[in-house]
Amino acid sequence: MAGFAGLGRRLVQMIPIIIGITIVSFVLIRIVPGDPATLILGNHYTPEAAAAINTNLGLNRGILYQYWVFVKSALSGSFGHSYSIGDSVGHLIWQGLGRTLFLIVMAGIFTAALAIPVGLYAGLHRGRIFDQTTRVLLLVGYALPGFLLGVLLILVFGVKIPILPINGFGDGFLGHIQHLILPSITLAVPFSAVLVRSLRASVIEAMTADYVTTALLKGIPWHRVVSRHILRNAGMSVVVVFGVNLAFLVGGTVVIENVFSVPGIGSLLVSSVSTRDYPVVQGLTLVFAVFVLLVNLLTDMVHVAIDPRLAVA
Amino acid sequence: MSILARPATRIAKTGTRRRIPMPRRLRGRFSLLFGSFLLLIMIVLCVGAPLFTRYDPIEIDALNPLLPMFSPGHLFGTDEFGRDVFARVLYGGRYDLAIAFAATFVTLVVGTLMGLIAGHVGGRTETIIMRIVDLFFAFPFIVLVIAIIASLGSSLINLFIALWVVSWVSYARISHGQTLSAKRYGYVVAATALGFSNLRIMFAHILPSVLPGVIIFAMVDAVGNVLLGASLGFLGVGIPQPTPEWGSMIAEGQNFILSNWYLSIMPGAALVVLGVALSLIGDGLADMLRTNR
Repeated sequence: MAGFAGLGRRLVQMIPIIIGITIVSFVLIRIVPGDPATLILGNHYTPEAAAAINTNLGLNRGILYQYWVFVKSALSGSFGHSYSIGDSVGHLIWQGLGRTLFLIVMAGIFTAALAIPVGLYAGLHRGRIFDQTTRVLLLVGYALPGFLLGVLLILVFGVKIPILPINGFGDGFLGHIQHLILPSITLAVPFSAVLVRSLRASVIEAMTADYVTTALLKGIPWHRVVSRHILRNAGMSVVVVFGVNLAFLVGGTVVIENVFSVPGIGSLLVSSVSTRDYPVVQGLTLVFAVFVLLVNLLTDMVHVAIDPRLAVA
Repeated sequence: MSILARPATRIAKTGTRRRIPMPRRLRGRFSLLFGSFLLLIMIVLCVGAPLFTRYDPIEIDALNPLLPMFSPGHLFGTDEFGRDVFARVLYGGRYDLAIAFAATFVTLVVGTLMGLIAGHVGGRTETIIMRIVDLFFAFPFIVLVIAIIASLGSSLINLFIALWVVSWVSYARISHGQTLSAKRYGYVVAATALGFSNLRIMFAHILPSVLPGVIIFAMVDAVGNVLLGASLGFLGVGIPQPTPEWGSMIAEGQNFILSNWYLSIMPGAALVVLGVALSLIGDGLADMLRTNR
């Protein structure tokens, strides 16, 4: 319960950061060289439309008024209008956000399924052949760009052994899962490299702890010591590492969604950059940041839940 | 020391049995040496590219498109425009190496200084700097970098600007933390008591204990920057065409992945080797610097 008392305080602490995020997203579009209305309209430019944008966004008014217009449109969830797609920016983002979330959750599950057994086994059998192999693979896994792995997976599973779909989002819940298997694996591999490394180190540290020795001397079977004493304690640090790096996973979706043509907010970001659709870029920057903040908040709450010592502090 | 302080038999057994024997110091040296060796080879090959290939990486040769690997004169074959892939990998590496070094070095210096100032001066300066750092950490780096490039337009210098603006914050956070703990060390307290100037305390006394952590992170960060730069190239928002860059080469080769896989795999392999080299150097430095502390 103490975790929920802290939640209110954490939410209040987030307010200045969220204000800061709106300022950054707002400033980004103002550093565009040239006339914003011209750039927003792009190929759809007409003097009347430009005049309408100038009035709508208050571009002919003071900078504070423009900021106020932006905040109002963000609060209403519309984020203005995308001129290249002809839809409300909020609607576009909302559409993509669910798909991206789906992808992130799946990638997270794959990461846990891959990293926890490997990290635990490597840590428990330190210096053995499995551990040494893992160390080498980690090195490569960490340096392997996600999009290259994606291209390789497409080559292997999409073309040579065509058993999995290689692009799109699919229909229905099972269709989504099927279409997101390869993108999730692509995201999970580099992320696992980071987690295995920290889990291995934590396991090695936990094995030398006094409580493990005590537990073994009490005659508790080895597998119980591993699951109840070593993994539980090593898991704490892994949750922290997982949370810190989840922002990278969110960033990774930007690239991987493009490799596998998943129509999430990452694809939307890149396509709106190439069409110079600034309202979308601006809205997405804001949404991505708020998303990361919420993820961090969630991680902290999980951390408190599994480590009661933190609730007191 | 009670008997409990010693590891139990089971652990001792799993811990030492058949471990491949390699002293800790040597392992650090090995990573460092091998990583530096790989990196040096890459630098020589890319910087001295004209010495190793006579082809121009941009010039189009319409008569020889998509030649396979090991064709006469073309070690890695040619791409759809008849451009020599080996030459493009070598010349393209210049940009990826430039990102690894120039982007990382600037953010290392600026970020470390910011963290040092925040930690040492404290008060309102510290609050302002660290709140800005927190703010930047709220964004996924790649999103912020893409947004900045979207606003400024895509070019090499704008890519650098975006990386500089965004990634100094990691160094500031590390250096800030280290500075705060260094301030409690006896020799720093003594230096303050002796009335040394702030600059002298910061640079002569605190900085040496801040640097190891920062430098180890810099190697991790360099890998991150290379991958980020290549990702942007892959997405088509990095260095514009026709300049060769490994990320954009992988994207171009993707269209021919079935018939001419090496178009993507060769620049990809180069990226992995560069990443592994930098990671090895980082691991080696971490082993060395941590034992020396």
